[in-house]
Amino acid sequence: MPGLDDLYREIILDHYRSPRNRGELPSPPAAHAVGHNPLCGDEIEVFLQVDGDVVRDIKVAGQGCSISQSSASMMSQAVKGKSVDEVRALTRRFKGMMSIDENPDDPARPGDADVKLGDLEALQGVVKFPVRIKCATLSWNTLLDALRQPDTAG
Amino acid sequence: MTFDVAAVRAQFPVLARTMNGRPLVYLDSANTSQKPSVVLDAMHRFASTSYAPINRSAYQLAVEATDAFEGARAAVARFVNARRPSEIAFVKNATEALNLVAHTWGRANLHEGDVIVLTHLEHHANIVPWHMLAAERGITIRWVPLTADGQLDLTDLDHLLDGAKLFGFSAMSNVLGTITPVDELCRRAHDAGALAVVDACQYAPHQPTDVQAWGADFTAFSAHKMCGPSGIGALWGRQELLEAIPPFLGGGNMIADVRLDGFTPAPPPAKFEAGTPPIIEAIGFGAAVEFLEGLGMDAVRAHEERLARYTLDTLARRFGDDIRIHGPVDVKRRGATFSFAFRDVHPHDLSQVLDQHNVCVRAGHHCAKPLMKLLGVSATARASCYVYNDTSDVDALADALDGVSDIFAP
Ligand SMILES: Cc1ncc(COP(=O)(O)O)c(C=O)c1O
Repeated sequence: MPGLDDLYREIILDHYRSPRNRGELPSPPAAHAVGHNPLCGDEIEVFLQVDGDVVRDIKVAGQGCSISQSSASMMSQAVKGKSVDEVRALTRRFKGMMSIDENPDDPARPGDADVKLGDLEALQGVVKFPVRIKCATLSWNTLLDALRQPDTAG
Repeated sequence: MTFDVAAVRAQFPVLARTMNGRPLVYLDSANTSQKPSVVLDAMHRFASTSYAPINRSAYQLAVEATDAFEGARAAVARFVNARRPSEIAFVKNATEALNLVAHTWGRANLHEGDVIVLTHLEHHANIVPWHMLAAERGITIRWVPLTADGQLDLTDLDHLLDGAKLFGFSAMSNVLGTITPVDELCRRAHDAGALAVVDACQYAPHQPTDVQAWGADFTAFSAHKMCGPSGIGALWGRQELLEAIPPFLGGGNMIADVRLDGFTPAPPPAKFEAGTPPIIEAIGFGAAVEFLEGLGMDAVRAHEERLARYTLDTLARRFGDDIRIHGPVDVKRRGATFSFAFRDVHPHDLSQVLDQHNVCVRAGHHCAKPLMKLLGVSATARASCYVYNDTSDVDALADALDGVSDIFAP
């Protein structure tokens, strides 16, 4: 059985205890999406301010376990200031790390492997705990939902 | 009557399993129960010696299979004190039983503007079928609220039931362990002219169940929560009701006659058993209720009441205000199913850490999202006990909880 140290890395617990970019943005103009983890009832809200082609601001609300909350927190840091294309590439890369390549509309691309994950790499251990993968990807799927909204560029 | 837990436990092969060199601490029986050898053996023996189609063929093997299948029905009927075996319809599980009632009785009897009453304790299985019907028929659902300690608040019950056509409620909550006053609720439903539908999915595994003493109209339960196999459950209904309501699924076995211009349904219970039923599972279901009768359901209840008291005392003594157990504190009003919050640790993380100690608990919304919302949480951790659990399992849970805070402490 994989050990808990693989899962609960210090940086994950740090983001859990002090989540970054918590809160809400006025919507509209920000895009707003709500994601549910049907397994445990966790709920994450993503507020996304996209100007032109760039993610100007992002806020995360809702509640969840250490994995979903830290993933959301790291995600918010990672996508802020990036272009929508970069955000999509990062999302593909992150899901790839979670062994998920499920999005037929947006399949993996050759350049994805070069995308830097930074702190997000700490979530790699989640793969050894398959039931927790949904926790780690909840905020990312919610982000994609927000990007899909008609008033969001991209 | 004494209850020898060690002897009971020894009859469940999976509980002899160790993981990483340590015993399994199975505290998730409210989810699904483990199976004793007598059940596994009965299914294996039947499949090895007497398996054949039922109700269809004249040859010896098929007659034997049919007898065994009907014998299982009779055993289940006896277990809940049905008037006769034909009042038991085998279905897939309690979920299907409740859908059957909504689909058949509901569609035949509920129309635009009608009112039904449910409670805030309900499992999604006793909510969603009614929501589906409400969307189709324009009926209104009223809800019986809860008291602060998770019991049904009956203060306004007569008012809620006024004009209602059906009252559906669970006899024991899968989240809070609350045992509801089923006979009183049935009586008050009837006083108001409403039908009483009892979700006994959590109740029937743990204490004597007597549908006649309750005065219920329909009662649903699942074999897999009571030492039986998955894939089969039962709907008990009063014979007159089962005769009056339309069939559920259509197909083979459920008909008396089929013509080019229509069909005539078979009498109950076949009327509700379209297609080839779960035959081997029925044999297992019969063996499971006989196993439980062998233990004595009064003895099972006494054992679990002791265990409930021990769990409440132990967790309070060891963790004080760090643990919050939802639901009734009076062990007379609850079963040994405990949803709890531990410090500020999210239930998902909690169960992950407990798993390191082979302590199996469920984390989540337990298919009762409206109730979760009322509790003000998105999820809870839930430990639930059964016939094979003893105080050592509770101690193992407490020991494992001790290790949880180290990881998540700020
Ligand atoms: C109170 C209650 N009702 C209904 C059900 C549904 O049972 P099944 O999943 O076996 O259909 C459950 C199972 O969790 C339950 O606890």
